[in-house]
Amino acid sequence: MPSVARAATTADAFNAVAEPRRRQILDALAGGERPVNDLVHALGMAQPQVSKHLRVLREVGAVEVRDEGRQRLYRLNGHALKPIHDWVKSYERSWSERFNQLDAVLEELKQKEQGDGSDE
Amino acid sequence: MAVTSSGTAKVTLPADDQILITREFDAPRDLVFKAWTTPELVARWWAGDRGKVTRIDIDLRVGGAWRYVMEASDGGFEVAFHGEYREIVPSERLVTTEVFEGMPDAAAVDTLTLTEQDGRTQLSLLVQHTCKEHRDAHIESGMEDGMQEAMDALEQVAVSLR
Repeated sequence: MPSVARAATTADAFNAVAEPRRRQILDALAGGERPVNDLVHALGMAQPQVSKHLRVLREVGAVEVRDEGRQRLYRLNGHALKPIHDWVKSYERSWSERFNQLDAVLEELKQKEQGDGSDE
Repeated sequence: MAVTSSGTAKVTLPADDQILITREFDAPRDLVFKAWTTPELVARWWAGDRGKVTRIDIDLRVGGAWRYVMEASDGGFEVAFHGEYREIVPSERLVTTEVFEGMPDAAAVDTLTLTEQDGRTQLSLLVQHTCKEHRDAHIESGMEDGMQEAMDALEQVAVSLR
């Protein structure tokens, strides 16, 4: 299989990860490097399907592969997934800001409750 | 006044059309519910650091409407959301529809769940969109609001990935 020599774009990574099965593969690889057979077993999918998904993930650089003896070992490449991480992180930050303000409101409500000893 | 933060919000994407936001609070859940559903209190936290709340309407009954409006601090434009209450279990669970008025076709269903242990509350907010495109747009809209802090955020991410 010829390797596709082109730079993976952010959009590619997003598309690659949009597929639920591919996300399962990434999850399975989060714990460390694994051979294909292991993934086939963990996901309960047929080998050709797993290989197809792995190819897409390789093309965007989300996983890397190396041969060891007769085995092909796959591992995550966190760097390629960073744009997705950033995307969610920014949204997460807007919620963190809200919740920090909510903490202050709650602190006040707690003090008020302790102060008057009744719950209205 | 120093306020101890109970940590940061955690956002995950459990499915293509979902967003899950979780956070722990150092307060019992009846207070969290109160702060979540009382207009004067919502007005104090909902805009975060991104602007000023200009209107909070809450008609807390099944079928009742809600509408939140804020004025973004960068540019002064208004950002408004509205929806309808579908299920209300005080202090435990709140199901509402949610529409960002800048994207009126993308209605989501939000499920707020509060569980309490030892006086602390675990909050989970599941945002269920009808498709991946709307879900993605929702996350991106949050990103635009925060453009002014984007550089800081990126820096933090970069550090965390090291």
